Amino acid sequence: MPDLGKYADTVILAYVVSFVLLIGLSAITWVQSRRAKRLLDAEEARRGK
Amino acid sequence: MSFWEYANPVKFMGLSGRLIPVLSVLTALSLAVGILWGFFGTPDDYKQGSTVKIIFLHVPSAMIAINAWIMMMVTSLVWLIRRHHVSALAAKAAAPIGLTMTLIALGTGAIWGKPMWGTYWAWDPRLTSFMILAVFYLGYIALWNAIEDTDVAADLTSILCMVGSVFALLSRYAVNFWNQGLHQGASLSLDKEEHVDNAFYFPLLVCIAGFVLLFVILVLIRTRTEIRLRRAASLQARNT
Repeated sequence: MPDLGKYADTVILAYVVSFVLLIGLSAITWVQSRRAKRLLDAEEARRGK
Repeated sequence: MSFWEYANPVKFMGLSGRLIPVLSVLTALSLAVGILWGFFGTPDDYKQGSTVKIIFLHVPSAMIAINAWIMMMVTSLVWLIRRHHVSALAAKAAAPIGLTMTLIALGTGAIWGKPMWGTYWAWDPRLTSFMILAVFYLGYIALWNAIEDTDVAADLTSILCMVGSVFALLSRYAVNFWNQGLHQGASLSLDKEEHVDNAFYFPLLVCIAGFVLLFVILVLIRTRTEIRLRRAASLQARNT
């Protein structure tokens, strides 16, 4: 860990806020993608019957 | 082979399916290298101390926030002129990413602003135009969700996108238009006299590459999601 001096809280807060938003966006994107794939697979299976 | 062939959902799904694994690796690599290099491998700035390390998140997110809207403007124009559904869905897919990047830019800017300017917020031209851009992103997403008919939603959101483009460009050039704000000029420039020191410049370029790749991969995944949902809705309508 580098010595961030008197601005340590500021720098760490900026990184935490950014990571939370980026990871949240990526997670939501992944979950929605899985859900859409399952939905389409189910509809195609229904149509195939 | 024409570029417009990829407006065909089947072709788009095939190409994007092949690209996503490769891009995922490149994105993870460039983000890891850029952020670790920036955080651990750069010195403190003589004026700003360690807060300069915020640049590696603030500048790339701000660049993507503006350019995501420009990408949405181009794909919206393609929808309005050529009526390709994939392009309208790509614009829809990019909006939450652009909004997140705008929030990161505003959030990191506010956190950085407190020790440097003595305030989290000022009605500075660039900050204000960025806040308006965030409101446009919210409005754009809300409009897509408010209209059931996807073609009508695509038409209306495309028009909103054209109007919002003024603010996207304003966000980029606000510092040049009005010279009385707190926000400094461009951090990156082809003019050697203007841009940041090389100790920060090269890791910043890697971070920007990582954010661009992340944007591309998220747009591809979200567009695929929209195409699947549209196809599922059409099958549902036929099955019932």
